[in-house]
Order: sequence, then C-alpha cells, then structure tokens
Amino acid sequence: MAEIMTTIGVWIGVFLTFSIFSFLYRDNPFYRFAEQVFVGLSAAYGFIYIIYNVLIPNLFTPVLSDMSQNWLLIIPGILGILMLVRIYPPAEWISRYPLAVVIGTSAGISLMFYLKSDFMNQIAATMINPFAIPSASAISGSFLIILGTICGVYFFYFSKKQEGLFAIPSKIGIWFLMISFGASFGYTVMARISLLIGRIEFLLRDWLHIIK
Amino acid sequence: MSYINTHVRWERMTLFGILFLAVMIPLILPIGWRTDVSPHVQMVYDLVDKTPPGSAILISFDYEPSTMPELKPMAMSLVDHAWQKGHKVIAVALWPMGVQMANDVFSELTASPSEISSDEIPDVQTTDVKEKDESDEMMTPAVSANSIRRYSSKRYGIDYVNLGFKSGAMVTIKAMGRNIRETFPTDTFGTPIDSLPIMDNIVHLRDLAYIISLSAGDPGLKQWIMVAHDNFKVKVSGGTTAVSAPGFLPYINNRNQLRGLMGGLKGAAEYEKLMGTFGPASIKMDSQSIAHVIILVFIAIGNVRSFRRRRKQRQARDKE
Repeated sequence: MAEIMTTIGVWIGVFLTFSIFSFLYRDNPFYRFAEQVFVGLSAAYGFIYIIYNVLIPNLFTPVLSDMSQNWLLIIPGILGILMLVRIYPPAEWISRYPLAVVIGTSAGISLMFYLKSDFMNQIAATMINPFAIPSASAISGSFLIILGTICGVYFFYFSKKQEGLFAIPSKIGIWFLMISFGASFGYTVMARISLLIGRIEFLLRDWLHIIK
Repeated sequence: MSYINTHVRWERMTLFGILFLAVMIPLILPIGWRTDVSPHVQMVYDLVDKTPPGSAILISFDYEPSTMPELKPMAMSLVDHAWQKGHKVIAVALWPMGVQMANDVFSELTASPSEISSDEIPDVQTTDVKEKDESDEMMTPAVSANSIRRYSSKRYGIDYVNLGFKSGAMVTIKAMGRNIRETFPTDTFGTPIDSLPIMDNIVHLRDLAYIISLSAGDPGLKQWIMVAHDNFKVKVSGGTTAVSAPGFLPYINNRNQLRGLMGGLKGAAEYEKLMGTFGPASIKMDSQSIAHVIILVFIAIGNVRSFRRRRKQRQARDKE
C-alpha cells in the first residue's frame, strides 16, 4: 500500500513539475492549476500547523487547564480574534487596533536590534587597522573595504551637487555598487540553477530511475 | 511582427532546452570537477571542528522544501560533522516546515544500513573519503560505500533533539537567550524538555557552544546574528541560499558577527570537500558549473548581437 502511495505521489510531483515548466512556453491552464495548488496547499499547511503547534499548545491548553495562572494569554487571544474581523466590512476598523499593537511592538523590538547590529556594529567593523595583518593581500583588502564603504555611502549623499572633484568618490562608489550587484546577480543565477538541478534530479531519480 | 515573435519564442525555447540538457547530462554522466574551498566555508568547518566533544550546539532549520536542493546537503554535512566531533545537536525551526526538514535529516543520518534501500545509494566516487579513526568512540558511524555516514547508534533525546517550531523570530530568540526551557517546554513530539537528557544543564543560549542557522530567508540567519550574537555573545554561523548569501558577507567582520558562511550549493559542496565526502552537493556541482558556462556564453552572444544591431542602426541613421 505504501509503495502505491509513493508511486502516486511521484506521478503527481511529475505532473506538477511539468505543469510549472510549461510556463516557459507560454501561460496555460496547467501552469495556473499547479500554481494555485501550490498556493492553496502552502496556506492550508501553514494554517493547520499554526493551529496545532502554536494556538493549541500556547493558548488553548494553558488557558483551559489553568485559567487563574494564564489569564493574561486571553489578551493576545482576543487581539488575534479582532484581527479576523477584517472579513466583516462594517467592523473592519476594529482590526486596526491589533494591527497597531503588532506593528508598534515589531518596530520597537526591531529598532534596537537593527540599530546595534546593522548600524553600530557595521560601522565599528569598518574602523579597522589596515596594517593589522602583515600580508599584502590582507592590507589591500582592508583598504578596499575602507574605500568601498566611504565611496559607496558618499554616492547616496545628495545634499551637494556631485560635480568636479566631488564626483570622483561618487563614481568610485558606483563601481563598488555595480560589482556588488554583479556578485548578487551571479549568486541569484546559481540559486535558480540549483533549484532546476533539484527538479531534474527528482525526474531522473524518483521518476525515471536513471540515476541512483 | 508575428514572425519576430515566433522567432524570439523559438530562440528562448532553444536556450531553455540547451540549459535543461546542460543540467541533465552531468547528473547522468558525472564529470567529477573539483571545488575549491573558500575561506568563509573553512571558517564554518573550523568552528565545528574545534568545538570540544560533548558540547551542546543548536542548528536552526529555517527553510522549507522549495530550498531543499541547496540547504539540505548543508544540513546533512553539518549534523554529520557535529556527530563526528561528539556534539549534542539541538534542532529548532523559525519556519513551520523547518521541523519536518530537521526530522528528515535526522532520520536519514540515523537510518541503519538495513533500512537504506539500494536506490538511496548514489553511484559516486569514494576515493576522497578521509580515513576515519575507528578507535575513536566519537567517530564510529557506519560508513557506507557511498561515503554517506550512518549513525544508527545515535539516540533521540540523548544525542539529538528536535524542539520544533516557534513563531516570533527575534522575540523567540531573545526569549531563548533568557530561558530556552521556558520557550520550548516540550520538544516537537510533546515530550517535556525536563525528561530529555540532552537538555540537562541547558538553560540559556549561552550554554550552547555555537549556533548555525540554515536559512532560506526571513526569519533566519539575520535574526540569529542580531539577537544570539550581538545580544548574547553566542558564536553564530550559517548557511543560506545563494540568493541571500551576498547580503550576509558584511557580517563576516572583525566583530565576528558571523563566523563563516556557506552560500548555496557551492558552499555545501565545499563543506563536503572539507569533510572528505562526495555527497549530494558535490554530485550536483558538475551540472551547476556547466550551466554557468553556458549562461556566460549566452550572455556573450547576446551582447555581441546587441552591439551589431546597434551598429547597423547607427549606420542606417548615418546613411539617411
């Protein structure tokens, strides 16, 4: 029985894979079907998972088993229910309150973490002694970091027109930015090819059994 | 106009076809090209390698099936390496489906040789497999012919545990920093954390030797750096999809915000090379390399054609 189910699963996977690939020719009903199945399944999986692994253990069970100790949990529970009021247009405005709590809390928490990690620590990481490691490659690498950081940031300085001497660091900054965009593009290509490899491997191994 | 459209469509189809073959053929007929190890992957390897045996470590499975081709080989190598070194592996997930990803990796690595069907064993070269010290108790996995090590003796709750998914990202990590046991009172199967021997003496994030996040996006590695390292000073390393790898490179700095990074399939293949195995990532690198060469050729051809077309247009304008 298990083998039959596996075989059916593989064939469904093959059908959906080819349906998605068919978009390379043109948009078509097979592609749209596969796309909608994917979106629907992902949403349904997430919904059920959150009910059983977030709501039940973190809200329903503690509240129902020991209300006196866990009554505070009712507040986020009510806020969660208010979020769902959006589906009833006359009472839609009520959902703005839980949304405000979520946005305010997230912004407050994130601000401090981002300030420390992406601002303070990143600036501190640029303040380096270029001669700390006595090797030609390390020293040149350190100078490149300093030059690239200063020129890259200067490119986004818009309070003075960038012309003449003031344009030079900006142009150097553009080069650094372009190189980083190129690296990002290269990595993106690698990621997409990796996904294609994954799909072709599935077709060759699980479906056609050509490779082991 | 319709001729041009049809022509362009067939050109595109031809390119897709060539790319498809370029990926497919090396999977059937592997070439075995070598992969050089980058300093960033070496840093991840050194972090795991130099951590004393018996240390508790945390691997966060922050990905889902769509990014498995890139991140699962990393997960397999990392757990393999951690177990070789005698580390206790604690798994968590900031993504709901990460729980299943962790279970898959553990069940594959702990499968006894009799449970492995012949279909699972890839036909790959084994000459690179390092000689393992059989006398070392920490390194007694069953090494099968395909160089994938099996740890059938590893026991759940003692050598590894899956604490499961928790929503909240940064808030969850911060709560773990204060008290892991309160954040995860049970594992993913509902077993109370107090009854799991692996969790003895583990209260805060600081009790962990290092944290590695296998991250396909947000939440993931970034949150672990921001909270676990920058707030609780725990060593953090990671592996990401190739798309997000460049964004993490600035964190590898003299502040040690990130201790090494594996980027995409190449990062996974580099780690396998350091491990002395020829695993799932290494097998796919031939296809990756050939596809990249072909894309470079296509870009060159496209640019030459574009230059020629523009030159013709300029000449036509000059004649007018």
